[in-house]
Amino acid sequence: MSTSDTTRPAGAKAPARPKLTDTLELDTRLLGMIGAFIVVLVVFNILTDGRFLTPRNIFNLTIQTVSVAIMATGMVFVIVTRHIDLSVGALLATCSAVMAMMQTAWLPQYLGLPLGHPMIPWLAICAGVVVGGLIGAFHGYLSGYLLIPAFIVTLGGLLVWRNVGWYLTTGQTIGPLDPTFQMFGGINGTLGEFWSWVLGLAATAAALVGLWAKRRDKMRHGFPVKPLWAEVALGAIIAGAILGFIKILNSYEVPVARLRREFEARGEVMPEGYTEVYGLPFSVLLLIVVAVVMTVIARKTRLGRYIFAAGGNPQAAELSGINTRLLTVKVFTIMGILCAISAVVASARLTNHSNDIGTLDELRVIAAAVIGGTALAGGLGTIYGAILGALIMQSLQSGMAMVGVDAPLQNIVVGSVLVLAVLIDIIYRRRTGKG
Amino acid sequence: MTPLVDIRNLSIAFGGVQAVDDVSIDLYPGEVVGLLGHNGAGKSTLIKILSGAYRADSGEIWIDGKKATINSPRDARAYHIETIHQTLALADNLPAPANLFLGRELRTMFGFLDDSRMESETRKIMARLNPNFRKIAEPVSALSGGQRQSVAIARAVYFNARILIMDEPTAALGVHETKMVADLIMELKAQGLGIFLISHDTREMMELCDRVSVMKNGQLIGTERVEDVTEDDILSMIIMGKKPEKAA
Repeated sequence: MSTSDTTRPAGAKAPARPKLTDTLELDTRLLGMIGAFIVVLVVFNILTDGRFLTPRNIFNLTIQTVSVAIMATGMVFVIVTRHIDLSVGALLATCSAVMAMMQTAWLPQYLGLPLGHPMIPWLAICAGVVVGGLIGAFHGYLSGYLLIPAFIVTLGGLLVWRNVGWYLTTGQTIGPLDPTFQMFGGINGTLGEFWSWVLGLAATAAALVGLWAKRRDKMRHGFPVKPLWAEVALGAIIAGAILGFIKILNSYEVPVARLRREFEARGEVMPEGYTEVYGLPFSVLLLIVVAVVMTVIARKTRLGRYIFAAGGNPQAAELSGINTRLLTVKVFTIMGILCAISAVVASARLTNHSNDIGTLDELRVIAAAVIGGTALAGGLGTIYGAILGALIMQSLQSGMAMVGVDAPLQNIVVGSVLVLAVLIDIIYRRRTGKG
Repeated sequence: MTPLVDIRNLSIAFGGVQAVDDVSIDLYPGEVVGLLGHNGAGKSTLIKILSGAYRADSGEIWIDGKKATINSPRDARAYHIETIHQTLALADNLPAPANLFLGRELRTMFGFLDDSRMESETRKIMARLNPNFRKIAEPVSALSGGQRQSVAIARAVYFNARILIMDEPTAALGVHETKMVADLIMELKAQGLGIFLISHDTREMMELCDRVSVMKNGQLIGTERVEDVTEDDILSMIIMGKKPEKAA
């Protein structure tokens, strides 16, 4: 009905040659974030005389990011639907308390399972996930059906769940947690060299097959595709990134003293010159699985489509027959389940449950999502952006700690970076007219 | 002939305001019925009841001679009632295909969204409605008013509507685009659709509609065949809230 896009006012510029980023169909925003991330890494590496980018520190950086990153993927959905969740840190604490009590007290006492029984960690995790999901659903019900603003519901939740956790454990630190459970924490559970490579190669193959299938599907429908060289280059970058990451994690060797202890525990003697590497931690694998599942939900399911539609225009979503109230319940339920999964990682990493677990996590999680490009106005956000946001935040924090920046100054920097990142995002969106 | 839609004694109140007060209107296949009246006369509220956005306090809606239950937009769609809302009801952050199929996504055999098929269907229907439409992959916020309107129209037309409700479809459009909407209305009418049209432009209504219904303060003033009345008659109905004095 419009001819305006073919006519052009006199004197206006003729269409420029398509830009490289357009040819590659790359998200310039993502490129900017990756650029910022690399700058942070390189600067800290220089400031620490090369201690920042060692396999050991990269390994630590990754496992420190996992808990916040998992919750940040859920926060994307919450913020995209124009809500907010201030209770994730407290919810994590309640889930962690439930799981810790299940392992150390309730299952042994009420079900008679002896400590160390192989079912204990799994039953505990199930209980935590169910509790997290139910509390999340409850938040969603209060907000979606009773129309209490999510800000208020979860502000209340922040106080409630932090202290429900306290009551469950009567304020005590609960530990040590089950050894199998502890394997989700990071350093105590890794894939080792061989399986890390297997997984890396499988992931690379999956990514390449995915790229190829997408291209073929586009051609089948007669849609424009990018040039073959661009596709190959993109594939090479992805393969390089995955395999490079595995290579780094596979370069971090288990300390000799620890290996010797493990051999002694088995009643064997460690052979001379024996080495072992950590490889990919289970917690990072868990994050990758969460990221893939959440991305599929966001892009390939009706639920994800409705989340973004309701965030973009709630009235339009309702007029299209979408039950936006139930949608709110679903979004908060997902958030609750992810809090529980994060609670597994966080408490396993500490090897025990303490009352202050997850304190201030709500702010880190919201910051990660927002730095990752999730707009508080709703309708915009990506899962990978939120994970990258969490990585940038954690890099800043650990980098400054390593350089020896005073603790108060660290927070001042992180806070300023958050505000600055949003400002840059606003300017970027205004310039490109996206969003 | 049974009417396609028979609205009987519909009423709805918001707080103390009787937004629609005992209104009865019918619509036959291949007919365009215009709804006229001042802002706040109850036109949009009436059609929002028909499209499932509001629930009437009392009254009945009969479709094809059978009593219909419309409690949600989904119910309305099940009766092949499609609505182009005044606000267009588009999710600005999503591209045209996602908007066109919103609430009725095409899916693959595994239950995932079939984006390629939705895109290719969108290309097909847009090629028919608006051959200049190019921005398939961009969010609809990047589109012009006319292009956004054509997405909203495509959404109503694609799903084989039998009853089409158009609330101010030309309000935001230029002369050329308004002409295209008018042509489309005539084409759909010829295909046997029944169309409720809301507009403030009395002259346009006289050209497009077979009958016009005038509302004021939530009440139906009257329904007239356009050949029986003049534009002035209609205007006086809108302003005075009275039926014109018939010569015969």
